Amino acid sequence: MARKNTDSKKYWLDNKKNVDKIWYSLVGICVISVLADFFYHKHVTHPIEDLIVGMYAWYSFIVCVFLVLSAKLLRKILMRSENYYNETNDD
Amino acid sequence: MIELPPGIILILGAFLVPFLRGNVRNAYMLALPLIGIWSLMTVTEGAHFAIGIFGYALSPVRIDSLSLLFGYIFHIAAIISIIYAFHIKDAVQQMAGLIYAGSAIGGAFAGDLISLFVYWEGTAIASVFLIWSSKTENSYRAGMRYLIIQVGSGVLLLAGAIIHFKQTGSIAFDKLGLTGLGPTLIFIAFGIKAAFPLLHNWLTDSYPEATITGTVFLSAFTTKLAIYALARGFPGTEMLIWIGALMTAFPIFYAVIENDLRKVLAYSINVQLGFMVVGVGIGTELALNGTAAHAFAHILYKGLLFMCMGAVLFRTNTIKGSELGGLYKTMPLTTVFCIIGALSSAAFPLFSGFISKSLIISASAHEGHWIVWATLLFASAAVLYHSGIKIPYFAFFAHDSGKRPEEAPKNMLIAMGTAAFLCVAIGVFPGWLYEILPYNVDYVPYTTTHVVTQIQLLVFSALAFGWLTRTGLFPPHLKSTNLDFDWFYRRLTPKIIKQITIILVMLDGTVRKIFINSLNKLITSMFQHHGPEGLLARTSSVGGSVAVVVALLAILIIIFCTNL
Repeated sequence: MARKNTDSKKYWLDNKKNVDKIWYSLVGICVISVLADFFYHKHVTHPIEDLIVGMYAWYSFIVCVFLVLSAKLLRKILMRSENYYNETNDD
Repeated sequence: MIELPPGIILILGAFLVPFLRGNVRNAYMLALPLIGIWSLMTVTEGAHFAIGIFGYALSPVRIDSLSLLFGYIFHIAAIISIIYAFHIKDAVQQMAGLIYAGSAIGGAFAGDLISLFVYWEGTAIASVFLIWSSKTENSYRAGMRYLIIQVGSGVLLLAGAIIHFKQTGSIAFDKLGLTGLGPTLIFIAFGIKAAFPLLHNWLTDSYPEATITGTVFLSAFTTKLAIYALARGFPGTEMLIWIGALMTAFPIFYAVIENDLRKVLAYSINVQLGFMVVGVGIGTELALNGTAAHAFAHILYKGLLFMCMGAVLFRTNTIKGSELGGLYKTMPLTTVFCIIGALSSAAFPLFSGFISKSLIISASAHEGHWIVWATLLFASAAVLYHSGIKIPYFAFFAHDSGKRPEEAPKNMLIAMGTAAFLCVAIGVFPGWLYEILPYNVDYVPYTTTHVVTQIQLLVFSALAFGWLTRTGLFPPHLKSTNLDFDWFYRRLTPKIIKQITIILVMLDGTVRKIFINSLNKLITSMFQHHGPEGLLARTSSVGGSVAVVVALLAILIIIFCTNL
């Protein structure tokens, strides 16, 4: 499976435009997944699901943004140098 | 009827490994778990090999649907891990792997607490060699910490078993519940191995230090044996619901900022264990089925992800997110397998996690645990961040690192392919897995509601990531160590001990100084009075003495005369 001189080879994802294509199709899928809520009878587990269309979608988006931003803040408290415990003499 | 207790064939068989060479050795090692799983398929349920020792009624083999399920998956994990490690020539690692897998299998069938203890310690001692085999200073230290904690868990188990025996006269390993000191100690012992919050650090500390193939073994057995033990001993213990919910949420924050991708996976194991612990805590048939099914699915997809990261480490000699990226160009098959593992982990419809995790989430909703339900949904949405974006995105895509490694070796590809196939097969045909669950399954995973809501959860999680990356808010990979609870015993405790030592040394010095000073003073004053120049040591002439005596006599005479 070894390949040589692959550096010169252009891959589909190397083109920034194609990455944008993926991004916009993801946005499209997101819209479709929320619109889908209108087209079937939902078996709700919690009454809140009836109140908000696409409850799972909003919930997911909000908690994920919260997760990443708070993890970033945590870095300020928790991050130390790679050699913090002073054991990495051998690599 | 079985000829040997399950697991024993792997443990005993391991001792022949050093006498075989090359392909014969590999074939032999593969044959052991194959024979093991074949003999499991023909067993009858019930107790086997019952023996009495010193008045204890031991039942080393108890076979029922719960132990069988774990028996099957442990065998499958052993088979896949052994194929993945075919290129290894180190007999120590090979024997450790076999004994470790055998002990875990034995533990899953142990019918009494003493047999469980023996296997429990077996997994601890055998597995540490998979960490030490990295032969680095880091792995040596991490292995030591691992061993102390694991053996400590075993000691608690034994102490609990003895106290329980004194109180009840039974050492049978059945439902215990938190009913006294004995079961509580056993509960903590299980909790250590299941990586409860604050007891979890051995996991994230040691797994990333093990050898490439060793981590694949490690990811399958220890923690899942603990889950089995909890499901057997403490189903329906409400505290577990909250413990599990905490486990699903907190490690994710660490996973997002961690740079070592194998450590990210270790945090990810912790999250998935949380789901299983919640299932045990709820304790209904649906929830316990969920725990068993999730353990089964999890061993496969987490093993797959560890194998993929192992292949990357094997080919590039690094597993740091900050140094990887763009590997899909030369490792396409590993990339595909890794994506299958990630989709299974993220519980995408048609992949294994979807049909197992949903049992637990549904059970939490059925019982009205809404806070826990919301936490589990959070963990399900955020799974993308440790098992999707960190791995495979940052390893295989993201910015091109310029590394052009070869595709993984053939044996690794076969092992990864097998695991990937099983992940998809279970996802597409959940009936296979549902059939061997401990209770009858009355659950349909593929309903429109469930599929649509799960897709919403995942695509919007991806949307959040895309948005955060495009706006530059997503934290980059940085070479770093992130402080976790192990700081308390790796930094704070040594520091406190050091401070106490310094204070003790100072106190000791002061006391000695005071003592020596007063001793010196004593000597000086003694010298003053009794030394060569001292008053009391002075010599006087005979004449002088006579004069003093005469004077005294004269005084006496004068006193005598005046009284007359």
